[in-house]
Amino acid sequence: MNINATLIGQAISFTIFVWFCMKYVWPPLTAAMQERQQQMSEGLQNAEKAQAELDLAKAEVENQLKEAKQQSASLIDQANKRGNQIVEEAKDIAIKEGERLKQAAQADIEQEVNSAKEALRQQVAVLAIAGAEKILASSVDQNAHSEMLNNLAAEL
Amino acid sequence: MSAETTGSASSAYIKHHLTNLTYGQHPDGTWGFAHSGAEAAEMGFWALNVDSLGWSIGLGVIFLLLFKSVASKATAGVPTGMQNFVEMIVDFIDSTVKDSFHKVNPLIAPLALTIFVWVFLMNFMDLIPVDFIPQIFHLLGVEYMKVVPSTDPNITMGMSLSVFVLILFYSVKEKGAGGFFNELARNPFEHPAFIPFNLFLEILNLVTKPISLGLRLFGNMYAGEMIFILIALLPAWIQWSLSVPWAIFHILVITLQAFIFMVLTIVYLAMAHESH
Repeated sequence: MNINATLIGQAISFTIFVWFCMKYVWPPLTAAMQERQQQMSEGLQNAEKAQAELDLAKAEVENQLKEAKQQSASLIDQANKRGNQIVEEAKDIAIKEGERLKQAAQADIEQEVNSAKEALRQQVAVLAIAGAEKILASSVDQNAHSEMLNNLAAEL
Repeated sequence: MSAETTGSASSAYIKHHLTNLTYGQHPDGTWGFAHSGAEAAEMGFWALNVDSLGWSIGLGVIFLLLFKSVASKATAGVPTGMQNFVEMIVDFIDSTVKDSFHKVNPLIAPLALTIFVWVFLMNFMDLIPVDFIPQIFHLLGVEYMKVVPSTDPNITMGMSLSVFVLILFYSVKEKGAGGFFNELARNPFEHPAFIPFNLFLEILNLVTKPISLGLRLFGNMYAGEMIFILIALLPAWIQWSLSVPWAIFHILVITLQAFIFMVLTIVYLAMAHESH
């Protein structure tokens, strides 16, 4: 418990230790810690940036989806319209065709009727002549009356 | 020690435990180790307490080698194991220094780190059972062995006086010799007639700082060591009932004393840097 040169020895070792600590221990440790701190703050900033970018991308996707939906809706609409149009056109064509067929059939019928009328007229003239012949017997001059009978047949 | 210890044997035991291994010049002119406390006292100032100094330097070297090995391998990546532990201490010291020291001085933080860890390690020797190491050295033929350096006033005062030198150095460096003298002479009473009185007060105040700093650590550790020695006088089967609670409490004391020594050093040096 005597005060002696130990005091000086301790003071010298204290000085040396503090110097050593200041030179070789403290700076590398704090440098590493500061560097890590910086890296961490950078990492956090990057994460924030990435989050913002993600939000932006999400909004973009939503926009594009909406656009695509609108486009498909308009496409379906157009297709429907076109389909209706085609059906209408087909109907028109069918009606016209039917009309044409009907007219052709009527023309045929008329022709048939006319030819039948002609044939009947011929036959009536022949029958009228034969009847008149029978009625008038031989008194009637065939040649004199045939013109008259022909005219009659033409009038029928 | 056992139960049959007599009164004089106990006091011899205590005295033996409180005697340093001192190397110096005997009164007859030869150099060597003192064989008793009285002989050590006769050696005067130019003697060394080899045990205190040896343990103190040994612990300081352990501290520096450990921290140096971590520091040279330290990376900015995820810290693991030892690096984590060391960084925790460094961070703690750094924030303590930043709290009370506002100027820029690259010395202060490493100084605080050295004081804290070194004093803590020296105090920690107190937790090793009191007879352990002395007994080993006894078997090796060494008579005295005091293993807790901070129970030696030479050690604590050696550190506090070094801090005192730093206080004086930075006071003069930051304020100039005139400014420093002004500060001493003009406080607390700003009047020419009071200059001698102010000087007396302020110089007393200044000188008290290292003395109280060194003696506080010494007193606390000496008292703690003393109680461990007294507990060691009890019968062996009952010692644990006192030594365990005291050791647990002492963990707090040794940390606190190391912390106080460090904080006061920072505060004193902060006062040396700032004029008030």
